[in-house]
Amino acid sequence: MATSTPGKVRGARRVSPALTRSQELWLFACAVVTLLPDVEYAPVWLTVAVAAGIVWRLALWWRRAALPSRWLLTFLVVAGSAGIFFTYRQFFGKDPGIALLILFLALKLLEMRSVRDGLSVIFLCYFLLLTHFLNEQGIGVAGFTLTALVVVTAALASLGHAGRSVAEQLRLSAVMLAQATPFMLVLFLLFPRVQGPLWGMPADAYSGMSGLSDTMSPGSISNLSLSGEIAFRVKFDGEAPPKPALYWRGPVLTLFDGRTWRAGARQGKVSLPDTASGRTFRYSVTLEPHNKHWLFALEMPGTLPPDAVLARDYQLLSRMPVRSRIRYEMQSRLDFVPGAEESEASLQSHLNMPANNPRTRALAMQWRSESATDEALIRRMLDHFRQENFFYTLTPPLLGENSIDQFLFDTRRGFCEHFASAFVFAMRAAGVPARVVTGYQGGEQNPVDGYLIVRQSDAHAWAEVWLKDTGWVRIDPTAAIAPSRIEAGLASAVPAGEPLPFFVRADLSWLRDIRFRWDAVTNSWNQWVLGYTPQRQREVLSRLGMREPDWKAMTAVMAALCGLLLLGLTFWTLHKRIHADKTVRAWNRLSRRLARVGLARKDWEGPADYARRVALAQPELARPMETIAALYIELRYGKLGSKATQQQLHGLIANLEIAAPK
Amino acid sequence: MAAAASFKRWLFRLYGPESAPIVLTQRRVYVLPTKAGLTYAAALGFMLIGAINYNLSLGYALIFLLAGLGLVALLHTFRNLVQLEISPGHVEPVFAGDSTCFGLQVRNRRDLGRFSISLHCEGGGTVSTDLAASATTSVSLPLATRRRGWLRPGRVTLETRYPLCLVRAWSYVEPDMRCLVYPRPEASAPPLPLSATGEAGGARTGMGTEDFSGLRTHQPADSPRHVAWKAVARGQPLLTKQFMGADTAQVWLYWRELPPDMGVEARLSRLTRWLIDAHARGLAYGLRLPGKEIPLGQGARQYQDCLEALALHGN
Repeated sequence: MATSTPGKVRGARRVSPALTRSQELWLFACAVVTLLPDVEYAPVWLTVAVAAGIVWRLALWWRRAALPSRWLLTFLVVAGSAGIFFTYRQFFGKDPGIALLILFLALKLLEMRSVRDGLSVIFLCYFLLLTHFLNEQGIGVAGFTLTALVVVTAALASLGHAGRSVAEQLRLSAVMLAQATPFMLVLFLLFPRVQGPLWGMPADAYSGMSGLSDTMSPGSISNLSLSGEIAFRVKFDGEAPPKPALYWRGPVLTLFDGRTWRAGARQGKVSLPDTASGRTFRYSVTLEPHNKHWLFALEMPGTLPPDAVLARDYQLLSRMPVRSRIRYEMQSRLDFVPGAEESEASLQSHLNMPANNPRTRALAMQWRSESATDEALIRRMLDHFRQENFFYTLTPPLLGENSIDQFLFDTRRGFCEHFASAFVFAMRAAGVPARVVTGYQGGEQNPVDGYLIVRQSDAHAWAEVWLKDTGWVRIDPTAAIAPSRIEAGLASAVPAGEPLPFFVRADLSWLRDIRFRWDAVTNSWNQWVLGYTPQRQREVLSRLGMREPDWKAMTAVMAALCGLLLLGLTFWTLHKRIHADKTVRAWNRLSRRLARVGLARKDWEGPADYARRVALAQPELARPMETIAALYIELRYGKLGSKATQQQLHGLIANLEIAAPK
Repeated sequence: MAAAASFKRWLFRLYGPESAPIVLTQRRVYVLPTKAGLTYAAALGFMLIGAINYNLSLGYALIFLLAGLGLVALLHTFRNLVQLEISPGHVEPVFAGDSTCFGLQVRNRRDLGRFSISLHCEGGGTVSTDLAASATTSVSLPLATRRRGWLRPGRVTLETRYPLCLVRAWSYVEPDMRCLVYPRPEASAPPLPLSATGEAGGARTGMGTEDFSGLRTHQPADSPRHVAWKAVARGQPLLTKQFMGADTAQVWLYWRELPPDMGVEARLSRLTRWLIDAHARGLAYGLRLPGKEIPLGQGARQYQDCLEALALHGN
């Protein structure tokens, strides 16, 4: 046999086919959708340049013009990279990295010709979708990413098969993503989580986190109060303390230069209050990242979260800056007064002050001489705030060098930091050890999920004075001037018409209701999706019945579940729709039955021939076989095969009586 | 080399031509990631490192969803090929050097469409096709012919990367079909040896263009001038008008009368050329090869018999 022996024609490298016009459109669409959220974060010049590039590329597509030359593209790469370098002064790090990815995606659009280029665009888009989470991980971003994912995957599908309609591609993509979701859930739950970072983070990784700082100057807290952002959420185990008792202790400030308060030395051990007695409250705090060391707890903290210490000034400090949302269990003694054992040197440091603000000093000295005890002195000072013409306002006038003097004697308008600062200064001037405590006061109970929400607008500053035989006693001067701030919150305390954050306003109750519901959803999202840390994973898995959820066990269960899922999906996709045609099955059934009486259908035999042969062998079957064959031919090859015909055929075949051959 | 080939035969269950129809069962369909699929996996790996480093919980979710998508793509690609039914179709004999087309009937046994399924036989061109739900389509696999004789398509590869290009599913079938390849007609052969044949009687160019004697089915080698175009216009198939001269000339094509220094293939090549010429001129011709003789005759049947004898000479 002279079979030809062909050479290896296929040995030639597969050349990636050129993109069709519809595929190009898909790729433009997926790039645009992917880049949309970057408009908010990328440098303006890059946004404009990329938008111009995409418009240019679309124009080229429209006019079926040639793509730009390699030289021009090289120039654009160099120019764009230089621009990014001059914007960020580096190439490494979160923001310049994202900017470079955006640049490469735009340039890839300008040089994409083949399907392989199209695949690069798609993979870049997937990568960029991930980088959006560096900026935000809320439910909205997740929803947007899912939508974008459908578009990008549809574009990928268009590379696999160009000639289908937009709706079909989107549908295919959505179906495939839906089928991928069970895998995602299993992997999300069971993939052994590793606590990052794996390597040193770029310096800018945590930029843009807001919160208290460890300095306080006039205006710093009132600025923060304009933000409706959430600082932390609290869930009480049992009853919550009344609102006026909710003092969330943050940075304690002892050093003062006449204008700015700073934290002092924190070293030194203190003892935790005994939480077994007294008014102890148990609760868990879910703290938003603020990139600082301090943790917040009700005064005074009675337990320590893991990896945290208690400073000498009863401030909770985490060993690592809080760079991701964390959750910790706490207990606090509300009636505990610390500092009974304060050393002389420490007390002395709480009397230091600069040699400015002479009028306040003089006033303090005068009060000192008029008051018999420290308590009387404190009362005298608070009465001064109450009786004189002081205003509690979010928009205090700017203060100069002798800020305390100016505030107490001239402007008399201030926010909590002004009152706390003036009070502590006056106390020190009168010889009473005192310090500023910053933190948050109050919070808002969400009736939907029972969480107490503490926002940046709840930021507060108060004072602590050291009284002999008692210890550090909290004095809140703001409570003297604006008691409703402590009782009811900021909105009721500032005069009407002040620029309150939108979320704090009291006059829109329906809006508040929606906001509460939304926040409850956001909170569960944070707790269960974003807060799914290695620790949480262990908790959840052991609650689900895994005895020792180490990475080996998790990987094993994960692999097993994925295998099962794959098997199930395979079975479903393969067996759901493979069926020989009903007609054919009935016909085959008939020939099997006839085969038992020696009348098996030959492979080549058509229905009419077969019917004729059967009729010859068994004349009593002639009539029904003729009808059956006619129906079969009609159903298989005709155009009018209806359900009724189908049923007729099935009935005839089922009722056919085949006698054994004589 | 031989070991590799036998390993491949074992791995892919290639046991020679199979009788029709061939169903691509689960065990016959193989899947592996494509180069794009490997790049995709690598990209997911990088993304995972980034998500771990920045503690991006949603990043994990995105990556796991994409990983799931990869697995689902594997399944879809596999499903796009599995349970396809292949049966051999029509093959036309060709002359060596021409390209033949192996017709294959591809039937979709599922009531869901299939897309971008490409077929090729080894050394042949690739044909791509879509299949509607429960549809049957015929594809023609082109394959260049070089030598006369029987040509088998050999191992036919069916493959698909649908829907996401990330996975390639493929299967091998060896349909039981063959194509008869006639010897290549000599390009510049001497004219038909009418006078050289003793038994031919008068060397009249009895092409017979005068007397119309009837119609027969058209053969590719027939002159277009003899096509019954009027019949075609009436919607009938291509027919060739046959004419008879006063008396039809005869020609015997002898193997042994060719120059002795000619090789086997060269002889067959020349005889093929003469055969075509004789047939085109409507002569009666006979063929005498070593060990085979075809008596004088005319018409399509005679033409095919002679060509087949030439094609299979020595087998």
